[in-house]
Amino acid sequence: MADLHTPDALLVKNYVEGNEAALATLIKRHESKIYGFIYSKIADRDISNDIFQDTFIKVIKTLKGNSYNEEGKFLPWVMRISHNLIVDHFRKTKKMPMYRETEEFSIFSIMSDDSLTIEGKMIVDQVELDLKKLVEELPDDQKEVLVMRMYQDMSFKEISEITGVSINTALGRMRYALMNLRKIIDKHQIILTN
Amino acid sequence: MAKIYSKKALASKDLKPKKEVVSFILNYSQALTVVKSEEKSFEIIAN
Repeated sequence: MADLHTPDALLVKNYVEGNEAALATLIKRHESKIYGFIYSKIADRDISNDIFQDTFIKVIKTLKGNSYNEEGKFLPWVMRISHNLIVDHFRKTKKMPMYRETEEFSIFSIMSDDSLTIEGKMIVDQVELDLKKLVEELPDDQKEVLVMRMYQDMSFKEISEITGVSINTALGRMRYALMNLRKIIDKHQIILTN
Repeated sequence: MAKIYSKKALASKDLKPKKEVVSFILNYSQALTVVKSEEKSFEIIAN
């Protein structure tokens, strides 16, 4: 098995010269990035696997046909291939309808950008950070329940099993945790908003 | 409705393709030979 620290360009060269293990190393090294990229666009595991497979079939054909000449840029090249296959996929399934701008119809009338602005995002991050600091002020037993419930999304049944208290006690601790948080917020006149 | 200020600490999913897919690719690679001759290339797949 080739060294995991061997540069991509050398692995590509070794593979072209007939070392099949070099391809295994390249796949192992980049599979998460490439598959993650495909999955982020497709959101379907099976289709993402198909596109991942087709991507590497193209890679193999190109490398074995000695048509590859982008040494040192292996990953961007593979990403570009997968990107093209993703576009092909959407073309085939026609999931990307095309709209043309006309006098009666403007694309911007149906398009909207709901994502937060940079300022909005900074405020959200700040609020979350402030809240974490407030949570740190809570007594340990209450803090434990609140963190498990709100940040780790556990059920009260799971919390009671892990902490070794009854569900009612866990519920009570959560209630006191929230009451105490409100008290701290009121006391220091903290404004949490965005 | 109350605002939710907490952000769930979701474990980042380390997405990977199926093992079968990777295995297929490696087998395909071993079976494939590309022969070039006079600006034409031929793909030969060994069984």
